[in-house]
Amino acid sequence: MRKYWHVINLGIQNNLTYRFNFLARALFGLVPLVAMLYVWKSIYADKGSGGMVGPYGFAEMVSYYILVTVVDALTAVNEDDWQIAADIKDGNISHFLLKPIDFLWYRLCLFLAGRATYLAVAALPLALFIVFLRHYFVLPPDLATLGCFLVSVLLTALLQFFMSYTMAMLAFWVMEVSTFIFILYALEYLASGHLFPLNVLPPLAQRVLSFTPFPYQLYFPVSIYLGKNTGTEIVHGLLIQAAWVMAAWGVARFAWNRGIRKYAAAGG
Amino acid sequence: MSRNPKTEQPGPLEPDRTAPGTLARYGLIYAALWKNSVMRETMFKGNFLLWILVEVLWFGLQLCFIGVLYLHTDHIGTWTKWQVIMLIGTSHFIQQMFQAFFLVNCTNLSELIRTGKFDFLLLLPINTRFVVSLRQVDLGAFVNAASALGVIGYAARQMHFVPGPVQVLVFFGLCLGGILVHYSLMFLLASISFWTVRAQGIVWGYYNLFQIARLPDEAFHGLFKAFFTFALPMLLVSNVPVRVLTNKCDEPGPVLLLLGMSGLCFLLSELGWRVSLRRYTSASS
Repeated sequence: MRKYWHVINLGIQNNLTYRFNFLARALFGLVPLVAMLYVWKSIYADKGSGGMVGPYGFAEMVSYYILVTVVDALTAVNEDDWQIAADIKDGNISHFLLKPIDFLWYRLCLFLAGRATYLAVAALPLALFIVFLRHYFVLPPDLATLGCFLVSVLLTALLQFFMSYTMAMLAFWVMEVSTFIFILYALEYLASGHLFPLNVLPPLAQRVLSFTPFPYQLYFPVSIYLGKNTGTEIVHGLLIQAAWVMAAWGVARFAWNRGIRKYAAAGG
Repeated sequence: MSRNPKTEQPGPLEPDRTAPGTLARYGLIYAALWKNSVMRETMFKGNFLLWILVEVLWFGLQLCFIGVLYLHTDHIGTWTKWQVIMLIGTSHFIQQMFQAFFLVNCTNLSELIRTGKFDFLLLLPINTRFVVSLRQVDLGAFVNAASALGVIGYAARQMHFVPGPVQVLVFFGLCLGGILVHYSLMFLLASISFWTVRAQGIVWGYYNLFQIARLPDEAFHGLFKAFFTFALPMLLVSNVPVRVLTNKCDEPGPVLLLLGMSGLCFLLSELGWRVSLRRYTSASS
């Protein structure tokens, strides 16, 4: 266990050198968010006071996007997938085949370190942003909901990571994985609720999405926080989310084991 | 490049009178750069197609978003659904044309400086900004720009609307202005590479601004609108061309503003470039 703490430590130190990049990313990322809120505001203004879009009033809609930004900061895979793919392509994984350290856990530690660093840097602009919009920001209905939200966020982070890790495993078979990563990212962006809350979609689309892991990559924790799910729905959802995490972990392991068989280190 | 800079370089004081005119010479050089880009793309055909697919997906995603918004409303300001779809199409067209000619080159500048390859480009007997800005052409982006035109045409059909030839001409002229805005601002950001090697984060941050360019201007007001009109004219870049195309522009003001801002942005980027160049000390030696 101790060796993995070292990895996290190293990861944080490494990531801190990119603090300026992180800050730029966090700040620039707020700009389209504000733009999005303007668009929703003008849609709600048209409906008059008390207007609803799906089950959302304007304040809840603003909260939705703020929470998306927060959960995203906590769980999004930053450059881990590119780096893992590069590790495979450049032959850096050869070390791990010889050392008593598991590559998947190693990368998971680096991912967590990256998130911790990002959060440390992004916390200030994000907090200012929330203070600025405090009139629209709703708190979770009770502590139990907050607890479920946090559990769900943790599962989201794991799901994000294992899915990205699996995608990066493609580097064993194809030269250029970035296109595949971007294709998955586009799907996630839409189907995980990044662009809009999924329950403003037509019922059929919602039903189809509920059979994919995507809503559990972002939408689910946010909707727990906003109190959109009742007790049994939350438990049920968390179980499904955990199942997706296990499945993604299984596929990631499987892809690694198959990839390693094909892997031939060239050079050192 | 087919020309060898070492043997063919004319002395700076006596221009070579047998050489083709400046414009023709730059034309020849640019043709050679195109040839290189085509060769590079044909080496990775599968990848080329996959990148087009990626862009098509993202484009579809934007359209999807607008589709969902308009499930819940009939108009944003005075913008109707098909007008906004035309706006998304136009913004995609402008972005893809920018990408075709400039994007990779802008993002590569910091890499050129970091690796010291920039020294070599400085030695070439041509305008350095020209070769830095236009070194590579992204051919896939032309395909995507064409798909954007298709969406614009489709939206016009849905509105039962046929613009006049003058409107279309002005539309494309204004699109050029928009491309110039994106290029100038991105190039200005890329010039920061002369100060810090970490400029790539900033350059990619610009990507977020594209997202503003595709939203209808009437949703915005106050400081936000003023900033993204007069400081970073994102709300002009694609809104103004679409307004002209769909008869939503009664006065010449916005048109002149877009043209003026694109000129200003270009001037600023040239100024920034010259100041940055003066600061440059090679990284390799």
